[in-house]
Amino acid sequence: MSKYFVRRLLILIPVLAGISLVLFTILALAPGDPFEELATNPNVPPEVRANLRAQFGLDDPIAVRYVRWFTSMVKGDWGFSFVSRVNVVTLIMQRLPTTIAVIGSAQLLGLLIAIPIGVYSATRPYSIFDQIATTCAFLGFSLPTFFTGLLFILFFSIYLDWLPFIYRADITATGWRWWWEHIRQAIMPVAVLGLAQAASMTRFMRSAVLDVIQLDYVRTARAKGLAERITIVKHVVRNALIPVVTLISLQVPTIFAGALITEQIFRVPGIGSLLISSILANDTPVVMAITFVFSALVVIFSLIADLLYGWLDPRISYR
Amino acid sequence: MEERDLRQLIGQVKAGRLSRRSFVQMMVGLGLTAPMATQMLASAGVAQAQTKAAPYKPTKRGGGGQLKTLWWQGATLLNPHFATGTKDQDGSRIFYEPLASWDPDGNLSPNLAAEVPTLQNGGVAKDGRSVTWKLKKGVVWHDGKPFTADDCVFTAEWVADPATASRNINTYKDLKVEKIDSHTIKITFKKPTPFWADAFVGVGGMVLPKHAFEGYKGDKSREAPANLKPLGTGPYKYVDFKPGDMVRGELFSGYHMPNRPFFDSIEMKGGGDAVSAARAVIQTGEFDYAWNMQVEDEILKRLEQGGKGKADIVAGGNIEHIQINFTDPYKDVDGERSSLKAPHPFLTDPAVRQALNLLVDRASVQEQIYGRTGIATANFLNQPARYASKATKYEFNVEKANQILEAAGWKKGSDGIRAKDGKKLKMLYQTSINQPRQKTQAIVKQASKNAGIDMELKSVTASVFFSSDVANPDTYAHFYTDIQMFTTTMTQPDPELFMLQFTSWEAASKENKYQGRNITRWRSEDYDKLFRAAESELDPVKRAALFIKMNELVIQNVVVIPVVFRPRVAAVANTLRMEQSGWDSDFWALHNWYREA
Repeated sequence: MSKYFVRRLLILIPVLAGISLVLFTILALAPGDPFEELATNPNVPPEVRANLRAQFGLDDPIAVRYVRWFTSMVKGDWGFSFVSRVNVVTLIMQRLPTTIAVIGSAQLLGLLIAIPIGVYSATRPYSIFDQIATTCAFLGFSLPTFFTGLLFILFFSIYLDWLPFIYRADITATGWRWWWEHIRQAIMPVAVLGLAQAASMTRFMRSAVLDVIQLDYVRTARAKGLAERITIVKHVVRNALIPVVTLISLQVPTIFAGALITEQIFRVPGIGSLLISSILANDTPVVMAITFVFSALVVIFSLIADLLYGWLDPRISYR
Repeated sequence: MEERDLRQLIGQVKAGRLSRRSFVQMMVGLGLTAPMATQMLASAGVAQAQTKAAPYKPTKRGGGGQLKTLWWQGATLLNPHFATGTKDQDGSRIFYEPLASWDPDGNLSPNLAAEVPTLQNGGVAKDGRSVTWKLKKGVVWHDGKPFTADDCVFTAEWVADPATASRNINTYKDLKVEKIDSHTIKITFKKPTPFWADAFVGVGGMVLPKHAFEGYKGDKSREAPANLKPLGTGPYKYVDFKPGDMVRGELFSGYHMPNRPFFDSIEMKGGGDAVSAARAVIQTGEFDYAWNMQVEDEILKRLEQGGKGKADIVAGGNIEHIQINFTDPYKDVDGERSSLKAPHPFLTDPAVRQALNLLVDRASVQEQIYGRTGIATANFLNQPARYASKATKYEFNVEKANQILEAAGWKKGSDGIRAKDGKKLKMLYQTSINQPRQKTQAIVKQASKNAGIDMELKSVTASVFFSSDVANPDTYAHFYTDIQMFTTTMTQPDPELFMLQFTSWEAASKENKYQGRNITRWRSEDYDKLFRAAESELDPVKRAALFIKMNELVIQNVVVIPVVFRPRVAAVANTLRMEQSGWDSDFWALHNWYREA
């Protein structure tokens, strides 16, 4: 297995380099420029705009710019934003805690709901509980997040006035009050995202458990006289979780990209909204940094998923 | 209106027969700006009116809690001279101050200046070549160091340096600032400058501290740490900044005005869209103030019923207008479309342009789409309905348009579209993606169909439409369509730079990388002559008459079709007491904001 691991790692490097080249080329070819707002202002002379473009090296050929970016990135210098002249790493770090807190909790919430419900549905297939759970799951992943988001805002913020709907990352309070304020404003975005996640995970969990529950060893366990609960938890769920675990590890990188639409609606200052605003402002260094990190995470986590599967299921062997 | 008539009106104000206010409103009706009108009065020796200050009730500094404001485009940097939009200027204005600001009536209101220079007090020289500002004593920067004339001299030099690439370079490059003593500066202009109140005034005039920017001149200017951690003289001092997301400040206890500021801290949150921002202030009361409410009036009215906030509307200089292309966008001349060498096949016919002007139903656009946030107008420089200039008025008349076209030889073909000499009246009409704009396009298309003009609609995403990318054919500067529509912002109270966009030497072309300001590519010798005369005319009254004539020339030749003028709309909580000015930043009087229960 270690040979497999080393081989995969070695392939990683050219894959990442190739991804970065494609990303950079596409961004460089895209229309628009970071100084668009200056264009509609009759006050700004054209020489100033041209000067700015030259200063940021925007007029150099693509190949030159790519090599410049790649060499400095390898050295650890991710550049700085064209728009705000802040170090890209600083920008990302400012947003990371919020993203992990909100999106991460949403994923956790999704799992906490999906696993028990999925398992219970599978143990009583086609019962009333199962029918209701299935319907809710279908509703959950057909309703888009912007719709559920707006619905929540309408009910909880406007009609009932229970929860604030603008997320503020800097609440000036201390102690348990700080926690309480944060929880209050995070409930809605976390719920919106978590429920969407839970919907698809429930179905997946349910089918995984159904696969396992029909196997012979489960029948043996029951025949042996093991309590139903122990059969399910100790034997069925453990084996059913194998494919689910790999699915989850593949989904982890999406936490980083955030949930763009939800972040827009609730004004959560996460990495997703940073990505969108940078794209719209043609802030190339920031877009490159975020998309590159995201693709790197995807590649790394798919490697982890493969290894995890092999480790969990002894029947798999690597060549 | 001739210069003679203007002088008569000024005489009446001097004699007390006409109120200052009415005069200003009349000038605005003719297409001038309020600050220009007040400058006209000042030059004629009419005493400067004091800024009519709204009563400031709090009797001590602080204790007001947090002021929560919402800018749906978050500030991305905090140096006003690098700002790429009003969001950055407003974010900077929390911490920095200019020598004086423009109040809503167009008068100068002193901030860091001890008094406003006028002809009477000797501040303004009679030959128009210099201005002397007396600075306020006892002002300190947020780090405790005193504010002196050295800071003003330094700021002017720093901004005027072309290597700094500041957006305000035009204001400071033709003048020299010298220090007379520690609290007096004298600005000397290279040539006689009629509108002297540009340097150190308003959003382009915020003074930077010399000791913070000393080592960061020219091309090092963007590396200064003070760009992200501003050090100013304003009512609040810097606490935290996350670009695009949030700016935070706290009360500055050494602020130079007594009992101010009222609030202990301020937060300027960014992101999201205009409608949810309106909701947060007007409906749920989560925030106290939201900027630039580009929201349909119908929605605003519905929100106001909640009773927690209201929409505050104040006049400014922005105008939503349709531009007419005088060159052919489909003909390629040496690799350039919309080239000056290829005149437009049918838009150069004045009859077609006049007909188009009659087909824009401004009244419906105002009523159905913009409501209070867009006022129908016929002038390119703004106009309130009561004081319509006789020479320019708008009309919506499909019948008349049909008659004009018929008389000019444009006959309807079998498909209902008018044609003449084989040329069909088929037009492509573009604008940016924005719901009110798309609705306006639909209204114009419908009316044009009834007159036999076939219009195709196109909408381009805003960040592309307004970019200055040379290679992109969809920008407004390339203008590869027959007509296009957007809002031009008049950021300065003086119309000179605004009217530069009709001079022939500014025509946008491939040669100047489409950065010329004349996008319609219209050329007129008469207009050029008038502009040159206005550039060097010292007498504000003569100058105003010239600008009025220029506006009339543009409207009568239908170079652009003004649709609605856009006042500034902000959402304000009912308990917040503040004043908006259409000629300056939203935060021009931030030190005077307070909350009344």
